[in-house]
Amino acid sequence: MSGLVDRHISFLEALRAAGLSVSLAEDLDAIAALQALPWDDRSVVQAGYAATLVKKQTQRPTFDALFDVYFPRMVGDGVAGQRDDDDPADGGVRDNAEALAAFRDELADALAEGDQQAMLEMAAEMIARFGAMPGRGPGLSSWSAYTAMQRVAPSELVDKIVQALMAEGRLDDEARREAGRRMGGFTAMVEADARRRIAEEKGPEHVANVAIKPSIDRLDFTAARRSDLEQMRREIYPLARRLATRLTQEHHARRRGPLDFRRTVRASMSTGGVPLTTHHKPKRPHRTELVVLCDVSGSVANFAQFTLLLVYALRDQFEKVRAFTFIDHVHEVTEHFVPGADPADVLTELAAATSHAALWGRTNYGRALVKFEENHADALGPKSSLLILGDARSNYSDLHLDVLKRLAGSARHAWWLNPEHRRHWDTGDSAATKYGEVVPMVECRNLTQLGEFVHDIL
Amino acid sequence: MPQPSSWFSSPADAATRLAEAGYLADPTTATTAYLAGALEKPLLVEGPAGVGKTELAKAVAKVTNAELVRLQCYEGLDEARALYEWNYKKQLLRIQSSQGSDQEWSATHDDIFTDEFLLTRPLLTAIRREEPTVLLIDEVDKTDVEVEGLLLEVLSDFQVTIPELGTVSAVRRPFVVLTSNATRELSEAVKRRCLYLHLDYPDAEREREIVTSQVPDLEERVAVRLVETITRLRELELKKAPSIAESVDWARTLVALEIGELDDKAIADTLGVVLKHASDQTKAVKELRLRS
Repeated sequence: MSGLVDRHISFLEALRAAGLSVSLAEDLDAIAALQALPWDDRSVVQAGYAATLVKKQTQRPTFDALFDVYFPRMVGDGVAGQRDDDDPADGGVRDNAEALAAFRDELADALAEGDQQAMLEMAAEMIARFGAMPGRGPGLSSWSAYTAMQRVAPSELVDKIVQALMAEGRLDDEARREAGRRMGGFTAMVEADARRRIAEEKGPEHVANVAIKPSIDRLDFTAARRSDLEQMRREIYPLARRLATRLTQEHHARRRGPLDFRRTVRASMSTGGVPLTTHHKPKRPHRTELVVLCDVSGSVANFAQFTLLLVYALRDQFEKVRAFTFIDHVHEVTEHFVPGADPADVLTELAAATSHAALWGRTNYGRALVKFEENHADALGPKSSLLILGDARSNYSDLHLDVLKRLAGSARHAWWLNPEHRRHWDTGDSAATKYGEVVPMVECRNLTQLGEFVHDIL
Repeated sequence: MPQPSSWFSSPADAATRLAEAGYLADPTTATTAYLAGALEKPLLVEGPAGVGKTELAKAVAKVTNAELVRLQCYEGLDEARALYEWNYKKQLLRIQSSQGSDQEWSATHDDIFTDEFLLTRPLLTAIRREEPTVLLIDEVDKTDVEVEGLLLEVLSDFQVTIPELGTVSAVRRPFVVLTSNATRELSEAVKRRCLYLHLDYPDAEREREIVTSQVPDLEERVAVRLVETITRLRELELKKAPSIAESVDWARTLVALEIGELDDKAIADTLGVVLKHASDQTKAVKELRLRS
């Protein structure tokens, strides 16, 4: 029993370390839930833990990954592995060209059928046979999902699966999508199995510290992979909707304007001249014009695009929004944001428009600011706010602080969002502090921080 | 180890009994519903609109023969609408009628703050009932933050404090279900007291079961095609992805129109049932290559 308690405690510690706020009360709830549940089914235990510990859906992937590490599906090669050893034909050779070809055929069949259980077993076998990295002593051997994926190269099997699916009567692109989905699922299984084996070898704490990705709303823009970016893009509109709801509610709470004397006196007639209820003039909402100036050079392009999308999703909260992109030249991109446009299309158009923002292709903040003042100074006025997005890395060129000072002075407010961690500011060619002295600079690394910032300026 | 609970005896029992009421729960939902009954803790259900959050509460009430007490939340909901209110007019009458007699003020005071003059609202009603009760607090995210504070006492201790009467504790703990569309984050305090369940769109297999169980007249072949199309639509980035409720509506429409074959033309003609934004419809037509 004590081993179970230890494991439970260390699992909770790992969840906390991964950013889930698990309180002591929830800890006790989880224990109570485990007492009420039968233990013969792993998924039931997982559901019990999830119901008591995870209170945000965005944290669910992190939870699932950690659960797999602390409460693994099986130990070692499980039952399948033992069966293999008994089989004399297969037992001797675990990894050679012939075995690889046989394995790939088997895998293609399993993927074509889409049998989840078979795929799980194949993933475990694949790591055991092709992903092992033997070490010199006990505790030094390891497993690599990357090596296994490189050896087996399941992505080359996609065409086979597509053909098998089309033989079942599916349409071409539909089969292709389904094959892609199964391949993605299988890759995730292989990675999970490698994590499981490493956890078994080196202890779950080791894996929890290095191999678990942060949840999507806490993932750094600069560290995101392509699949993460797609997921982030899907998060933008829900985020905008949540922000808009929150803003409406907060504005309603502060809705009462100055006393409307006329209406109050008139209403008091019915109560004999005693003003029981007061009436107020509605408060005029204040809407700003927003001018966004964003660096779209390679390193920070993603960040700029997400921020632009979010700002445009919230455009009814602003009087007017104008957007400019720059690398070493300024280009206006406002016309790409039409109401109701598909975010994917907008991003493609933005990427295409990037070429207009560069003359030589090396980021130069000073030059961009000068050009902006020359060509678009009319965008800024006493009613507008200036928002600059970028990492303030200007390739050691002239910063033109005086221009930025003039720009910031002509606008009502000015902010600078920097997608880099604060500890990287001022390293290398970053001029974060110098610019930060002119325009207040805010660290904005992930969707959560971005949402908070946009909420605060509205 | 499992203890018998007055609501469900095991996760499997929860699944089968909910299915009898026409609610096809996946294993996670069944387990969480069972836990909510076994631990007597409120259940917070989150998820997009139309995935059966409210239906879950109704199904639980139906299979356990409990009465459903519903509190629909909206902006501006206050204590008087959620908890209790004194029947002010009746109290006034009582005072007026006792003016002729020589009753002491203190006696009158004691008289008018009794059960007789209390108007119970959903939360208090649910707590005072002696029969099994399912309390559904619908769309909690629509309320103001202050109302969450009001819920805390009810959710953690199942009691309500009325200054004039004292504390009313639950005779029998109700099965509490809170639903939320996640338009705003609920406070940590509320979440801590609840079990959490995220309901999402079901997988194709389950969705087909749901559609055929709700609309038995639908042909099997059409149902498969319908679910496939819905799954495809959800993959597109639409403003509002079609929910289960909408796929059931679609199935009913097809049955009513006596469409026996869901081909591209039929989909294009009836797309308005599932997609409610013009931009979504154009996008779906483009992506599904209808009217090509």
